[in-house]
Amino acid sequence: MPATQEAKKDPVIVVLQLTGGNDYVNTVIPYNNPLYRDNRKAVGIPDNQIMHLDGQYGIPQYMAPLKQFWDDNKLAILHGVGWKESPRSHFRAMDIWHTCEPVKVGTEGWLGRVAREFDPKKENVVTTVSFGPSLPRSLAVAGVPVACVGGPLENYGFLPTIQGNQRKQILERFAAMYKPAVGTGAVMDYMADTGIDSLKGEDILKVAPQKYSSTVQYPNTPIARKLKGIAQVHFADLGSRIFYCDHSTFDTHAGQNAAGSPGSHPVLWKAVTEGIDAFMQDLREHDHADNVILLMFSEFGRRVRDNGSGTDHGAGGVAFVLGDKVKGGHYGEMPSLEASKLVQGDLDPNMDFRSVYSTILDKWLKLNPAPIVNGTFEQPAFLN
Amino acid sequence: MAYQDDIALMAHLMRRAGFGAGRDELEARVAKGYEATVEELLHPETQPEVDEYTLMRYQPAALLPGGQPPMGNVNWMYHLVNTKRPLEEKMALFWHHVFATGNSKVDNYDQLLTQIKLFRDKGMGNYRDLLLDVAKNPTMIFWLDNQQNHGNAVNENWGRELLELFSLGAGNYTETDVRECSRAFTGWTFATKIPRAPYGRFPWQFEYRPEDHDDGEKVFLGHKGRFNGEDIIDIVVQQPACGRFICRHLYNFFVADEPQVPAWPIESPRDQKAIDTLVGAFRDSKFDMRSILRVLFNSDFFKNARFQHMKSPAEVVVSTLRMVGGHELPAPGIGDLSMQPTYMGQDMLNPPSVEGWHTGKEWINSGSLMARVNFVAEKVGDTSLPGVRAIIDRLKAHGTLAPDQLVDGCLDLIGPVEVGADTKQELVAQAKEWGQVAWDNEAHAEIADQRAAEMLQLIVATREYQFG
Repeated sequence: MPATQEAKKDPVIVVLQLTGGNDYVNTVIPYNNPLYRDNRKAVGIPDNQIMHLDGQYGIPQYMAPLKQFWDDNKLAILHGVGWKESPRSHFRAMDIWHTCEPVKVGTEGWLGRVAREFDPKKENVVTTVSFGPSLPRSLAVAGVPVACVGGPLENYGFLPTIQGNQRKQILERFAAMYKPAVGTGAVMDYMADTGIDSLKGEDILKVAPQKYSSTVQYPNTPIARKLKGIAQVHFADLGSRIFYCDHSTFDTHAGQNAAGSPGSHPVLWKAVTEGIDAFMQDLREHDHADNVILLMFSEFGRRVRDNGSGTDHGAGGVAFVLGDKVKGGHYGEMPSLEASKLVQGDLDPNMDFRSVYSTILDKWLKLNPAPIVNGTFEQPAFLN
Repeated sequence: MAYQDDIALMAHLMRRAGFGAGRDELEARVAKGYEATVEELLHPETQPEVDEYTLMRYQPAALLPGGQPPMGNVNWMYHLVNTKRPLEEKMALFWHHVFATGNSKVDNYDQLLTQIKLFRDKGMGNYRDLLLDVAKNPTMIFWLDNQQNHGNAVNENWGRELLELFSLGAGNYTETDVRECSRAFTGWTFATKIPRAPYGRFPWQFEYRPEDHDDGEKVFLGHKGRFNGEDIIDIVVQQPACGRFICRHLYNFFVADEPQVPAWPIESPRDQKAIDTLVGAFRDSKFDMRSILRVLFNSDFFKNARFQHMKSPAEVVVSTLRMVGGHELPAPGIGDLSMQPTYMGQDMLNPPSVEGWHTGKEWINSGSLMARVNFVAEKVGDTSLPGVRAIIDRLKAHGTLAPDQLVDGCLDLIGPVEVGADTKQELVAQAKEWGQVAWDNEAHAEIADQRAAEMLQLIVATREYQFG
């Protein structure tokens, strides 16, 4: 489907999930607050390694690429995100971010609902593209197709080990076998739909890397590769509106700042920020940045007091929204670090995560947020 | 052909009671006979245990995986792939589905593997005894917060799930019963945990604290008394609803896909008579799982339920690895293999909630379907793997195969697997494009091997192959 000027302008959301519980207080550092030093005797970032954002907060040197976005007013920092009585469990907390159901076990992902709004008749099977091996629950709604790109985009599709002359023939045969046949039953029909959608998706997506050309050099990291894949699909104007990827693991219980250690906070964030830098450069170079925002979130923040080498699961965290149309700045405020104000030793969330989603849904994606996030929430004004 | 039927039936039994079997094994088992095979499956003690020494030698972190993914999964995957006691391991998986306990909260793979070992050791024994073991299992106690269930402050989490998910099913007790049940389990806790620093994780131990127990009179399911936990379990297993609930779980897992559990109060079983038969065995044997399974596997309703079960990701991965062979050693790469069920939607040792996984059709979505097809296709397309080689060698023994013979041969040796007429037509059409395959000289043999592998890949890509 050729891209029209109108289609090119449809708002796009890219979600970069920081899996594992990113440490809020070492990401957006209240460097002037003595309680920061008091509580972070082991993992506190030294003053000379903090880049000041303003008189109150800074970011660690290892997140340097984000500084330019901050200075250009394109980076919104959402403080204290979470919800009341949040569990300290990775999977349960992440599920709640994905389904907006803090009490029951939710089954529909918020972005799956968005995809259903965008494309109720399933006319475009690549409306949602996820880079990663499993289908995140945030994207999962029964009947809504998602293209799950588990490996390199070039290899996306069924039976990737069959290549060359054989491939076309085998895939045609596959498509023929997946035609819904009368009388085989509901489950077979459902699988037929699912299989055909994925096949269509492959046909559509494979032009993306073929059409791609760029001067931008992405770093050689898994997250940069995923972001590059997203850029390739976005530039191909295939009508994809929702992109999802993740980086892990931010679960820094030990060795949080261990120099050079692959699982350390510095190494994780260096990869993420350098990846984002290349990604945004690429978008701008291709004049495809205006209709994209990037949301970064984690399932919870971490405990205020470190444990001697790292930090443990906490509650209130930080989220970021970045993009050329974003109104940069601080939104909300960091919950108090005072012992009496903590919950179980953790920052008390003061911005409901569904507020962040609501702004994105209402102001960017032009959808009614309430049915998607299961309620009405105040909207921090990081988008016009 | 009677022999062919025997092979097909045996394949069905081995798929359900275990994780499948190759042609050599099927022939050996047919020679022994169906009932004899069922007996052997029901008596795992007649077969050697899994060689754990080899696992620990190459993957020492699998001994006490603690909080390290994927080492917990590695430990169980190694058992699943290597076990000579398939039904024992399958029952461990069955009970993991029912008594679903997840690492997301437990954060301790050592404890979860201990729980799986309980299911492995006691899963075919007495259900009432197993239920009591589960009630005393410190992992379960922690998972369902029963250590916070005090005489003077009752926590109903365990009490409720015991009734709703582990024995009777929703609709067969009242809220008051939940309360009284929970009261009876007050004081069922675990010994204070040794802190993780500095020596790491220590095993959790069940502890009963009589001083924390509500010893008062309780009224539970119409019975009155100063019940403690054992008494509750004894009352529960006598309820007709208990037999119906557990037997419906057995039917769903071993026979044919039922609707999801939350629908059970409203949707009747697809085969009420089958459930009644199993319930009879449950009652008559006084809850002996072995006896119930004997009735199940020897029943007509089981024998006739071929391909009525959507394979779980665990079954897809384990049956594939056992079929293709070459994955017995815990070699580098076992971590990723152990995570394959996760990519397909089933994170072993970490079900999303105490309700376990949604099974049947709900295993399938656009991400998981591709993951399933691609994983299995990659494995069966690898002609260097011994199991794939074995299939091709059997085909090769025919010398030359016409297109329909290639298709029939592959469908037979990879299963036997049944496909619909339309699917079969496509497979034959593909084989016709290739022409006949022959192993008469080296050049032809190389092509023939290739074609056979591709036919196997096409077969495992079919929708029908998703069923087991």
